[in-house]
Amino acid sequence: MRIDDPRLPSSPGFWRSPLRGPRFTSVLGLVLLVGITLLFVTGLVSYAAYNPDLSPVNDQTPDKGILGFYLFAWPTDPHWLYRLTQGLHVTLGITLIPVLLAKLWSVVPRLFALPPARSLAHALERISLLLLVGGGLFEFTTGVLNVQLDYVFPGSFYPLHFYGAWVFFSAFVAHAVLKVPTAVRAVRERGREQGELVSPRPDAPTVSRRGALWFVGGASLLLLVTTVGQSIGGALRRTALLAPHGGADPGSGPNGFQINKTAAYAGIDAAETGAEAWRLVVTGRTGTVRLSRAQLLRMPLHSSALPIACVEGWSTADQWWRGVRLRDLAALVGHDGDPPDVFVESLQRHGAFRRAALRANQVADPRSLLALYVNGEDLSPDHGYPARIIVPAAPGVLNTKWVARLTFGDL
Amino acid sequence: MRARPLLGSPFQILLLACSFALAAYAGVRLFAGDWRGVALWLVGAALLHDLVLLPLYALADRAVVRGLGAAGRRPWTMYVRVPAALSGLLLLVWFPLISGMVDRRYRSATGLSTDGFLARWLLITAVLFGGSALLLAVGGTPFGRRRERGKARSATKRRPPAVH
Repeated sequence: MRIDDPRLPSSPGFWRSPLRGPRFTSVLGLVLLVGITLLFVTGLVSYAAYNPDLSPVNDQTPDKGILGFYLFAWPTDPHWLYRLTQGLHVTLGITLIPVLLAKLWSVVPRLFALPPARSLAHALERISLLLLVGGGLFEFTTGVLNVQLDYVFPGSFYPLHFYGAWVFFSAFVAHAVLKVPTAVRAVRERGREQGELVSPRPDAPTVSRRGALWFVGGASLLLLVTTVGQSIGGALRRTALLAPHGGADPGSGPNGFQINKTAAYAGIDAAETGAEAWRLVVTGRTGTVRLSRAQLLRMPLHSSALPIACVEGWSTADQWWRGVRLRDLAALVGHDGDPPDVFVESLQRHGAFRRAALRANQVADPRSLLALYVNGEDLSPDHGYPARIIVPAAPGVLNTKWVARLTFGDL
Repeated sequence: MRARPLLGSPFQILLLACSFALAAYAGVRLFAGDWRGVALWLVGAALLHDLVLLPLYALADRAVVRGLGAAGRRPWTMYVRVPAALSGLLLLVWFPLISGMVDRRYRSATGLSTDGFLARWLLITAVLFGGSALLLAVGGTPFGRRRERGKARSATKRRPPAVH
């Protein structure tokens, strides 16, 4: 058999679809150029939102080196900031899956093209494509599995998804630089298409190229409308038919909203949270005070309307929290006026974020509370009874539940 | 200049060298833990997609096109392809929830149950195929070129329904 035998995938004649060609690939490629750039940026933003440079307990990637070059103090305004950026990251990622699959389908003949390399530059490009395709699928797969709590990947999600993103994006940028001029030309050009993607002996079409693009777009739209409701909440949550936090809320009433980790999952023993046993230990410049829940309730209580926004992309509408301001607790232990960072510890037995650090700007915000009530009632055990942190715009895991200890001071 | 055909574009070589260096910088961190597992996932993802998933769905598609063609119903292809692909796509993306394989962790973490996911996916699938059948029955062809649309209609009129 010769290498151009149409029974072999290395032969252009093996590939029969009349849809394949530079124009189809280019349209999908340009959509991914914009979409994946947005995914990368919102991903980096989410990484910064954890304030990994503040304290080792916030940092899942201590060996990041220069990859944390852009880190900044995560703001508390607007209070829905993380809801937006992370909802966008996850929803857009899921929405782009059909575009990614269609793009890979459209260029698959290239995978089998012979000779394997025409030049050194071409050989390097093909190696880079392995990083691009493998890295891209790795990022999409780990993301999709993580939001479904299916932790089958080889290690902790944070370093895998973060370093994987840099590997993928390195190859992505090179690919974009090499291909964007061709793609723009292919989309602009009219007339008969040429190039190695065009089948030399195409089958009769079953769909026009425009129809195929509508098909891909429709698939994206279907994923979008069955997912986005989990990031909007309210009545629209029920439209997220297959998303992990779509459908019905876990309960009814003031504490009925979505839960990240239940008290049972976190290993919280009801005996530790009772009025007799539980004391909040607050440490600062002037020493340590121990407060019962009743004593906390006698302090000035304040309200703020803030959402829970998870790294998994889902979020709740604003809930009405009521509790003691973090900066008032800082003042109690000698940090008047200019509150410092705080180190928060939970009763939680396990979990990467049973200890978390908040930055001074987060502590100083008057909406940042040690919440005792939500929506007019005591916190439920699953939402962190007897007390939890709630900070505007912070990722969900930094809103520590079942708080046991607050240590104010520069971290 | 004689070496040029063997080397290829010097710009491309420099660009890719830069890309590899950055990828390697992140890569040593990515591979710092279970490097075998990570390598398996990175390379495996590409191989599994290119050599298993894509050939499987392409073969399934070809079988549908050939089957309908043999029955003289080639213009119906999209009426089968679209609902099947959309349903398959939803299954692919949400497989851990739909299959219930993460039920224990999902239930204890979120206070929710995975029970509804399979039912909802099946209902969406029913709506997709049912909707497609309805569109076909009322004779509209939202797919394909107008020229083909005419052809598809006349072909449908000419031929008696296929016997399966």
